[in-house]
This record gives sequence, structure tokens and C-alpha cells, in this order.
Amino acid sequence: MHSSNLRAFLDRLIDGLLPLLSLIAALAVASLLLIALNADVGQAYAALLEGAFGTQNAFAETLVKAIPVMFVAIGICVAFRANVINIGGEGQMIAGALAGTTATLALSGAPSLVIIVAALAAGFLAGALYGGLAGFLKAQFNVNEILSTIMLNQVAVQMMNFLLNGPLLDPSEQGLNHIPKTARIVAEAQLPRLVIGLPDGTLLFDRTRLHYGLLIAIVLAAVIYIILWRTPIGYRIRAVGYNERASRYAGISVGRQMVLSMFLAGGCAGLAGVVQVLGLQYRLQTDGSPAGFTANAGFNGIVAALFGGLNPFGAIPASILFGGLLVGAQNMQRDLGIPASLITTINGIVVVFVVSSQILVKWRGRRRAQQSTTRTEVPLDSPIVVEQQA
Amino acid sequence: MAVSSLAEQQRIDQLQMRGIVKQFPGVLAVDHVDFEVRAGEIHALLGENGAGKSTLMKILYGLYHADEGAVLIDGVDTAIRSPYAAIQRGVGMVHQHFMLVPSLTVAENVALGLKSSRGWRLDLDVVSKRLNELSERYNLKVDPNVPVWQLAVGEQQRVEILRALYKGAALLILDEPTAVLTPQEVDELFQVLEQMTADGRAIIFISHKLHEVLRISQRITVLRDGRRVDTIPTSGATKATLAEMMVGRPVVLEYEQQPSNRGGERLHLNDVSALSNRGELGLKEVSLTIYGGEIVGVAGVSGNGQTELAQVIAGLRPTKGGTIAIDGKDVTGKPPSQLQLLGLSYIPEERMEDGVIKEFTCAENFVLQDHGRKPYVSAGFLLNLRAITDACRDAIRQYEIKTPGTETPIKSLSGGNIQKLVMARELSRHPQVLIAAQPTRGVDIGASEYIHQRLLDERRQGTAILLISEDLDEIMALSDRIAVMYEGRIVGIVPRAQATVRQIGAMMAGAELEVS
Ligand SMILES: Nc1ncnc2c1ncn2[C@@H]1O[C@H](COP(=O)(O)OP(=O)(O)OP(=O)(O)O)[C@@H](O)[C@H]1O
Ligand SMILES: [Mg+2]
Repeated sequence: MHSSNLRAFLDRLIDGLLPLLSLIAALAVASLLLIALNADVGQAYAALLEGAFGTQNAFAETLVKAIPVMFVAIGICVAFRANVINIGGEGQMIAGALAGTTATLALSGAPSLVIIVAALAAGFLAGALYGGLAGFLKAQFNVNEILSTIMLNQVAVQMMNFLLNGPLLDPSEQGLNHIPKTARIVAEAQLPRLVIGLPDGTLLFDRTRLHYGLLIAIVLAAVIYIILWRTPIGYRIRAVGYNERASRYAGISVGRQMVLSMFLAGGCAGLAGVVQVLGLQYRLQTDGSPAGFTANAGFNGIVAALFGGLNPFGAIPASILFGGLLVGAQNMQRDLGIPASLITTINGIVVVFVVSSQILVKWRGRRRAQQSTTRTEVPLDSPIVVEQQA
Repeated sequence: MAVSSLAEQQRIDQLQMRGIVKQFPGVLAVDHVDFEVRAGEIHALLGENGAGKSTLMKILYGLYHADEGAVLIDGVDTAIRSPYAAIQRGVGMVHQHFMLVPSLTVAENVALGLKSSRGWRLDLDVVSKRLNELSERYNLKVDPNVPVWQLAVGEQQRVEILRALYKGAALLILDEPTAVLTPQEVDELFQVLEQMTADGRAIIFISHKLHEVLRISQRITVLRDGRRVDTIPTSGATKATLAEMMVGRPVVLEYEQQPSNRGGERLHLNDVSALSNRGELGLKEVSLTIYGGEIVGVAGVSGNGQTELAQVIAGLRPTKGGTIAIDGKDVTGKPPSQLQLLGLSYIPEERMEDGVIKEFTCAENFVLQDHGRKPYVSAGFLLNLRAITDACRDAIRQYEIKTPGTETPIKSLSGGNIQKLVMARELSRHPQVLIAAQPTRGVDIGASEYIHQRLLDERRQGTAILLISEDLDEIMALSDRIAVMYEGRIVGIVPRAQATVRQIGAMMAGAELEVS
């Protein structure tokens, strides 16, 4: 009994560490690429680590990069729990940013709190409707949500390019070679910088770009957690995600949960967009490329959500890890002159390894159920096999 | 290759399990069990729900690994670490919960995991051909080219048996094979089994139906709470002695029924038709009225429209004409949620697919319909976890459901215990109209008796009950009237007092109601 308890503990420890191990494995593979480029691997990773977490400012930048990823990832938890594969974080984020920025610009002159709350609400709603649209198409016409969300991403990018080059263009940028961006938002609309005062009087994150978006993300994670596990709404979303047939039997409207889960997921991504504007850029700005505004947060959020075990509170540290990778990689590029495309490649390798590690955790769970006495909550039979009650 | 003869290397003269122990979190499922089976023998395994029968067999089949103990084949210690190894050693198993891939055809399902003679390519035509031979020989009829999702449960089981035979099982484990079969099909299965033992195979047979065990087996091993009570020869055993061995106390096997206290019209179907999964008209202009305080039993060979009938009433299958009314109110086409508010409860036939969400805990499953309603929500929008847990704990106590606790994922309960939880949930909702499809399928005798008593209690309280069962004894014991279905129609409705098994049996085979 004693030794089996120890084994259970070790098993769970390994499961917990697997994502981290997979990250290390990914970096090991990436180092082969570095060697091929004649770069000093140790130096490169030292630069990465230093750039991500080395100084207060570096860590703040990591968090700044992680904030939009967090918002998207928290939303993805909802969609994926309903078994709706939302790839539309990018588009929903843009929709939220457009609505939030428009609201902010329209309300300049109003009290600070009014503008910020209205902008967040507008951003949430726009993202939610945009996500909900894909959910509606799936529920009503059985349109595959992966396809529809990817297409809606394109639509959103084009819409943003159009609006930022025309109706929403900053009046001071009317030249031929203008940068597509809106007017700067008023100071009252800007989210304050987040500085943490320690008891001994030192200030943490003083003079960095870290903003209140981080706190909003943490609050959002709590709200989504409560919705998913403490309310009938979340119960139904999870029920539909696990078993549509039994949900229908129970009187749960499957279509409605799909729309709702996409609504919530889109809303969270929408918030990512507004918060990026209110907290960091102070205007909506793009370079015209698809990721010009989002910096791929809409996609990275998916991986962070999976990495975090589709739990909103797991999504936060997972996003920070991703932020660190992004910021650290920039530093690696700057210090060692490693080409930017390699950074993208390393990113991709990490994604593949992380997702695989999730599969490995599930597989280990199944094996355990088979052979030992340890606690497990993973299906006993392989997932391609459908049990039918006799 | 002749399918009758047993390949030499796969013959098993004697298989022994010695001192097997298997611990699950909170449950000692198998506790130092010795078990032995010989070639040419049908060895029955008996025990209450959760006694450890399936677990012991899954260990033999390599699906679970025992914590202690050994398996000896013909005296040689043999480690069976996986189903693949089991099949290699000639051990086959047909599971309590089928393991077929619904989107694949019968032949493809059989071919899964087989080594093909054409390297990496599947030779499906060869598989189909041998499959046809096998089904011919054992009279197990299925079309190899039909996708499995189109098959009724009884047919799916034939596929499972064929698959095991195809792989050359010398020892075949059948985990509750008769739970899904009609008496007719049971007879056919038993012929198959006898043919197989005559061919020198060994069979382990699990069932909760004592008359079947008495009829087909040569020896019986009884498990209780994971321990072996005894192994006895079948000759000399009686239902009563077996029941007592299983439960540990004498069991009442018969119970009296009070006369019906028939109330007003509750459920009314008028010329209702519906499509089956195959897209054919599976339910043809069925008209039926059920009154409060009565049980209408639906008898029929599986696949004659009973499933469609239940699903149409429950709002899970659209009608193709006709109307359904509850308490005089037209409810045709209403979604399940609205029907539930009108007091409809439904115990579905396929409990693992329809009745529960496997990944959810017992407590979560207990409030599948009512999680958004009164006692289970607090502050208007939050789940009242305490109330949910308490309600589930009450049900577990009341129905004697074997589970480590309310927070255990329901998929780790034994089949019969899952059924008890579904039953407890549906009855706790105080239904006005109750559709019970195969309510005691896979449930042990003690619990069956309890479920029957509860159905009779509901009847006494004025509930209108539609009881769909392939167990004619159950129908005869509980129903006030018996409706017989054949090819999607109700061919006749007989008051139980006038019904005879012979007459019902004839109607199930398509004979018109003889007016007496
Ligand atoms: N994978 C599992 N994880 C945890 N507990 C399990 C698991 N499988 C079975 N159990 C528990 O082990 C005990 C024995 O279960 P088993 O399925 O062997 O019973 P059974 O005799 O086949 O019952 P039934 O007649 O209802 O099918 C039960 O208490 C069950 O809850
Ligand atoms: Mg069992």
C-alpha cells in the first residue's frame, strides 16, 4: 500500500512535469538547428532566458506579451470544453479591438471609469458576437467551425485594414504613405501601469510597460472558472463537450451550448483586443499583415489553453511561458544575430512538443488504469473505441 | 480452412487463475480469487453487481493487470499483459460494453487488429468470405458490409462473437451476453455455445439470469464482494441456493402484484410513425393509450420498433406523422426539456451512450436533467454542490449502489451499478409518465427485485409506465396490459390476466392477435 502511494505520487509528479519536460525537449531539438547555423547553443539559450526573465523589465515585457494570450486562452478553455474547436481567436480579437477602440474614441471626454468599462464591454460584445456567429453557423447549418473561424479571421483582417485606412484613420495621417492606425486614445481611457509596492518600500515593475490588463485577466480566469464548474451554464457546456447524445437526452439544447461557448470564447478574445489597445498601444494599429495587430495571440492562446489543461487558471502560467519564449527569442535574435525565421521555427517546435505532451499524459493515464492501483480519471478504453452499453 | 477444428497451438485444456488480487481506488475489486476452466466446459460466473466478475475477466484478457496472482495455461505460468497477448494464447472476450467502431462495417471491425496476408493492405473480401462461412456454420447472421452503427444491439453482439471466433478463440469469455438478447436469440446463442464446447473450446459465461446459468453451464463459480464464495457443479444447484450464495441471504424471487388502480388517461399516441436509424419507417402508425397507475409492457423481438417508440415519446426522435399527447396536451415535436417539465422520465436502453456522461462524477450524473432547477441551484445562478452531493448520496444509500463515493467518475462503476444510478435518478424526479427501456438489463437479482418493487410503487402512486423489455418474464410479472410489437407496429394489446407466454411469443413472431 505504501509503495503504491509513492508510485501514485511519482506518477502525478511526472504528469505535472511533462509539459515542462516537453518544453525542454523542444528546446533540445531546436538547439540542433542552432548548431546547424553555427550558433553557440549555450549562449543562445542564456540569451533567451535572460531576455525573458533576467531583469524586472524583461519579466514585465514577458507579461505584457502574455496578457493577450491569456485572454484568448481563457476563452479557448470554454470553447474546447464544449468540443467546439475555435480557431478564430485572431478574428475575434480584432473585432473586439475595433469595437472597443471605436467606443473609446466616441466617448473621449467622459470620466475615465466610464470609458474603460464601456470599451471593455464593447470589445467583449463584438468578439462574442463574432465568435457566436461561427457557433451559430455550426449549430444551425452544421458548418464546420474550424473552417468558418479561419475564414472569419481573414474577414476580420480585411475589415480592419479597410477601416484603419479609411473611416478610422488617424486624421493626422492623411498622407499617401500613411501608417494604418486610429487616433490616439485619450489619457483617461488608458489602463494604468501596474506597479506593485512591496512592504519594504521597493517598487516592483516600476517604469515598465506592465499594465492592469494582467489583473483583468486574472479576474476573468476566476469568472470563467466559476462559470465552467460552478454554474448550470458551465455544466451544460461540459456535458455537451463530453457527450452530445446524453446531453440531448437530458434536455440540454446542444446547439445553444455551442453558440454560447463560442460567444464566451469570442468575448474573451475580444477583451484581448481591447486590452491591447487600452493598456499598451493606446491606439489600434497594424502593418497590414494578418498578425499585424494580434502578433498571433489568437493562435498562441489555443496552445496555451491546451498547455494549461483547458483550465483557466492553468492558462495563465502557460501564457506567461509563451510570452517568455517570444520575448526571450527576440533577445536571442538581437544578441546573437540569429535569423527571425529560426525563432518562428523554434516556436513551432515548442507547439508540437507541448501538444504531444498532452496526448502523452492522457496515454499514461490510460496505461495506469490498466495496470496499477493509482488514482486515475482517464478513460480506460482507447478513445477510438466506442463503448456501447449492452 | 475448416472453421470447426481448433488449431493445435491454440488449444487450451485447462486454464487456472491463482490468488488474483486487483485493487482500485477505494475498492478491492478482486480479492485472492482462484478460478479454473477446462476445455469442453461452460463455466458460469455469478455474482451481484460490482462483485468483480468483469474485473476478473478483464485481467484474464490482459486489459487490467493483477496486483497479485498468476494465470496458468495447461500448467504453465503465462503472463497475459495485453489483449493482443490474450488473443495469441487463444483467449477471446466479448465485453459487457461492446467495443466496436460504429462508423466501420462489420468486416472492417473484424479485420481491426488482424494480420493481413497481403502485408499492409486489408483483404476485406477474404475477411467477408470467412465471416460468411462462420456465420453460416454457427447460424450467426450478419451482413459483413453494413456499418456497425446501423445494427441493433443484438446484432452488434453477434459481430463481437464472430470476431472472437474469427481470431480463433479456444477460450471465450462472454460477459453478460444474454442481457441484450430475446429468449429466441438466447436459444440460438446456446446452440452456438454448445457447438463450440463440442469443438473443444472452453467458455466462461457471465449472466444474472439464474435459469440460463442452470441450463447451459456445467460448473458455477460465485463471487461476492471480490471474493470467491465457492465453485460448484451445476447439477444439484437451484435458483434459491445460487441466489443465497450470491447475496449472502435468502432472496425473494417472486412477488405478488396488487390489482391495478387505474386513473385517468396520461399518455396517448395516435397513429405515430417515425424513421429508424437506417432511414426506413421503423415505427408505423402506432396508437396506444396509457392510464395513470398502470404498467403497459411492450414485448417484441429487439429491432421491431421498441427503441423508436421510446425515443419518439421522449422527444429524441422526430415523428413522421401522428400525434402524442400527455395529459390531453399535444406534445408532438416538443423538445425533451419541455416534456420533462410535464413529468416525463425516460430510462434509456443504451445507458452508457444516452443515460450518463461517462466522464462526469456520480453526483454530476445524478442531476443530468435537473442541474438547473430548484434544489440544485443557489443564489439564482450557482450550482448548489452540497445539495447535489447530498441527493446523490441518498440515492446511493437507498439503491445500494456500489461506488467509492459521489465524486467517482461514473465510468468506473460496474454496469449494473450505473443502471441503478440512472434508475434512481429517473424515479427521484417523481415522474407522471415513465418510459423504462430494459430497466433491469445487466442488473443482479437482488437489485432487479428492488427495481421491480420501485416500478410497482410508482404504479401505485399513479404514474403511467411504459415498460419495454425483452425479458418476457419481467413483462408478464409487472404489466397490466401487454402490447406486442412486430415490424414497427403494435400487433395487439392483451390484458395480462388473459395473456399466455405462448400467445405473446406467437404474436412476437408476427401472428395476429387471436381474439378469444
Ligand atoms: N476501472 C475502474 N476503476 C475503478 N473502479 C473500478 C474500475 N472497474 C471496476 N471498478 C470497481 O470494481 C468493482 C467490481 O467491478 P466489476 O465491473 O468487476 O463488477 P461486476 O461483477 O462485473 O458487476 P456487474 O454485474 O454490475 O457488471 C466495482 O465496485 C467497481 O466500481
Ligand atoms: Mg460486469
